[in-house]
Amino acid sequence: MTSPFDSSAPPAVRCTGLRQAFGDTVAVDGLDLEVRRGEVFGLLGPNGAGKTTTIRSITTLLPAPPGTVTVLGRDVARQKTQVRRLIGYVPQQLSADGTLTGRENVMLFARLFDLPRRSRKEQVESVLEAMDLVEAADRPVKTYSGGMVRRLELAQALVSAPQLLVLDEPTVGLDPVARDGVWDRIARTRAETGMTVLVTTHAMQEADEHCERIALMHRGRVRALGTPEELKGAIGPDTTLDDVFRHHTGDTLDSDKGGIRDVRAARRTAGRLG
Amino acid sequence: MSAPLAAPPAAWVDTEPGPVTLLRTALSRIATMCLVELQKLRHDRTELVTRAVQPALWLIIFGQVFTNIHAIPTGNTPYLDFLAPGILAQSALFIAIFYGIQIIWERDAGVLAKLLVTPTPRVALVAAKAFAAGVRAVAQAVVVLLLSVVLGVSFTANPLKLLGVIVALMLGSAFFCCLSITIAGLVLSRDRLMGIGQAITMPLFFASNALYPVALMPTWLQWVNHINPLSYEVEALRGLLIGTPARMGLCFGVLVVAAAAMITIASSLLPRLTR
Repeated sequence: MTSPFDSSAPPAVRCTGLRQAFGDTVAVDGLDLEVRRGEVFGLLGPNGAGKTTTIRSITTLLPAPPGTVTVLGRDVARQKTQVRRLIGYVPQQLSADGTLTGRENVMLFARLFDLPRRSRKEQVESVLEAMDLVEAADRPVKTYSGGMVRRLELAQALVSAPQLLVLDEPTVGLDPVARDGVWDRIARTRAETGMTVLVTTHAMQEADEHCERIALMHRGRVRALGTPEELKGAIGPDTTLDDVFRHHTGDTLDSDKGGIRDVRAARRTAGRLG
Repeated sequence: MSAPLAAPPAAWVDTEPGPVTLLRTALSRIATMCLVELQKLRHDRTELVTRAVQPALWLIIFGQVFTNIHAIPTGNTPYLDFLAPGILAQSALFIAIFYGIQIIWERDAGVLAKLLVTPTPRVALVAAKAFAAGVRAVAQAVVVLLLSVVLGVSFTANPLKLLGVIVALMLGSAFFCCLSITIAGLVLSRDRLMGIGQAITMPLFFASNALYPVALMPTWLQWVNHINPLSYEVEALRGLLIGTPARMGLCFGVLVVAAAAMITIASSLLPRLTR
């Protein structure tokens, strides 16, 4: 296998002219995007910008035409199973099963990724420990706090040692302490494994702090791409990512394109996190 | 972190699985997902009891009253004996037909998307739900059967026949569970699914031999009865439990084919839910 830092190796994610439409609504409109191996890449944009559709295409949930999306050199249209083995995915909603215990939730994913029986238990313990959940591991997840559920979902996604971790709005609804806890553990795991992290977020400050490169999406296309410093520098001195965001999205937080389903989902997630 | 995260064997990611690997994966995943469904049941046992209330009412009220008034001719078989297997099948139907709602809930909660991004064949996810519906049906059947015995119904004690009862219940539940998931995959919303679920369960129930012998039905209803898998389930259950004449080969044949077909259809529609 090639090293994650080998420059000749295919990128972690490459989208070439990706287009996704639902009826008359064009969600992603000729998207070109490249995520390098080993980086933390942020996909930013207002509601309805096409972030989630992009994520769904990359994670094989939404069929993409052959040749338009590759993950670590594998075509998501033709090599679905291979791509799925490489990805760890944490959806926006709180997706751990509340009736199961934390350990059962992680064990399920260890089994779904065919971890060998011998190392399965060890691996599950290892990720639970990395996410500070060993003590709570045998309690039903419905007794967990929002931050704990998120860390459990990270444990689920990480138990298969993915090469690409995909996070959709990982900190929505979390308090600042829990948020730092989540980011801290993502950073530590990445430092150890060299995995690539692709994250969507609304939180500009978080993107600024934690992402190495950022793509700003608006109306299905990438409007700006670069490190947080480059993006801010291009607008002028003393700017924040919020200014960059406003500059490229025209200040309109698109009331017509958000989609009630997105908003409802985000509110529900926030509500369940308390 | 104490131990470094081990990378999975490289061979996995370099080839798309062939048919043999795919079948092995599917079987192993079905086992995994079934295990999870059993874990969930273990953590929430109250449901098994509360769900038994409705079939109990059918037996105690409807069954007793109709036994007393002799309104439905069932030959030498007491009406309550005739009815009990029908109620078994009905309670299994009522559990299974709302599994689509669970799938939509899992869609809304992000669980389904997360499972679909793992290297798991869709058929394994659907088959596990079908299995779970069957396990719930069997658990409830135990309650209904015990209650029937208390009410004076005499059942077979032949373990092979009881095994047959379990198989028939599992197959019937698998069919209706996957019918429900299929409808979920078509209508995509909980409200519409609720409406359709309620609109079809009662007709399925009344257009079957669960409450009365087929001979009593008007001709058109007999035709519906012939294509209703519930009738074959009831016929098999009745034959096994109380020894009425039953075409066992035909009944189990219909149930196996119907369940397999519905699992296939539901699996192909499942990804629609996360688009």
